[in-house]
Amino acid sequence: MAEEVLLFSTWFSIYGRRVEMALKLKGIEYKFIEEDLTNKSPSLLKYNPVHKKVPVLVHNGKPVAESLVILEYIDETWKNHPILPKHPYERANTRFWAKFIDEKCWPAILQACWGKDQKEREKAAEELSKLLQFLENELKGKRFFGGETIGLLDIAGNTIGYWLGVFEEAAGVSELLTREKFPKLFNWVNEWLSVSAIKENLPPRDKHVAFMRLNGQGFWDDYNASK
Amino acid sequence: MAGEVVLLDFWPSMFAMRVRIALAEKGIRYESKEEDLSNKSPLLLEMNPINKQIPVLIHNGKPVCESLIIVQYIDEVWNDKSPLLPSDPYQRAQARFWADFVDKKVSGAAKKVWSTKGEEQEAGKKEFLEALKTMEGELGDKPYFGGETFGYVDLSFITFYSWFHAYEVLGNINIEAECPKIITWAKRCMQKEAVAKTLPDQKKVYEFVVQLRKMFVSE
Repeated sequence: MAEEVLLFSTWFSIYGRRVEMALKLKGIEYKFIEEDLTNKSPSLLKYNPVHKKVPVLVHNGKPVAESLVILEYIDETWKNHPILPKHPYERANTRFWAKFIDEKCWPAILQACWGKDQKEREKAAEELSKLLQFLENELKGKRFFGGETIGLLDIAGNTIGYWLGVFEEAAGVSELLTREKFPKLFNWVNEWLSVSAIKENLPPRDKHVAFMRLNGQGFWDDYNASK
Repeated sequence: MAGEVVLLDFWPSMFAMRVRIALAEKGIRYESKEEDLSNKSPLLLEMNPINKQIPVLIHNGKPVCESLIIVQYIDEVWNDKSPLLPSDPYQRAQARFWADFVDKKVSGAAKKVWSTKGEEQEAGKKEFLEALKTMEGELGDKPYFGGETFGYVDLSFITFYSWFHAYEVLGNINIEAECPKIITWAKRCMQKEAVAKTLPDQKKVYEFVVQLRKMFVSE
């Protein structure tokens, strides 16, 4: 049966880009459908009626939503270039750190960039530094979180590897992830950016910074409203 | 695969209950260490330095944290009986999506029902009942979220049932009236030994929550 893989996402979606990285890494052909989030398509609403969000992967007509769920689905369906380790303990560890990035790092980044006053932003930046230290320690001596090649945590790490820098530049706050403070993470970013499945799946930087200058505050407000 | 299994536990935690149900389903012997969350043990702080939260499963000395991650770990290690997740990748993705929905939408709203008052509580109640109705829609006419058998989504959600009496009294809501299928499903789950033996009595939970509420709301 012919495979049909669709991805509903946007050019700036951090979570959608993760899915694209995994698809590209595994050499999976897919059709990208750019959504206008101010005017969501009937297809998106049909495929993700619960959250009405991107990304949604539709494989042979069957939808999967939530980026980390999609990544595991991709890994279980297309077995080349595995992105999860084999051993259950390492798999649990990978899942833990991916969740850490999404639930702890992401709000800290938004608040450090678009918190309501300098005091709030500085406090969030301090918190973010502590969180980055945990990731620094987790990297240990490895080239990637996945070991010699990129894995799920490196893909979910796009938050740190790219989005953090873009948001800081857009918000005009100082860079946290410096070589002096986080040598291992800094090195990881460079290695990470050299992987074609990664670098070919990042939004164009200037366009992204300009976009975030306009929309960053809205991202933080939306996040707060959802809590 | 056996070896030593320790669970850092807290009897009213619906997250710890998920792990206890999984361990019971698989017939795994373990030691439960009850934590006093106002005075966390050195072991908890060592085993979960990032979140300092229960549950933590310690298997042969190595910690696994976050209830759904622990449940998946248990399913993968003790894979010879009582599978918790389906074997088909698409079904597994659906199961993970819905367990994530419980964490993202049911859990946060439920907390607002017992820990707030006034307008904030009214908003929380509405959110909570909407989330339950969404779950009800997903259940449909199936006996379990997993289909014919109790599975991962059932396990992730049933633990909140032990708090229903607390939500109803403190939130002045009638869950059975709003979501009858959820109550039918919950009672069906309670017929399973692993669930019935794990979930604490709803009245006991209510008394606990009444005390806990005092820390959040002045009345």
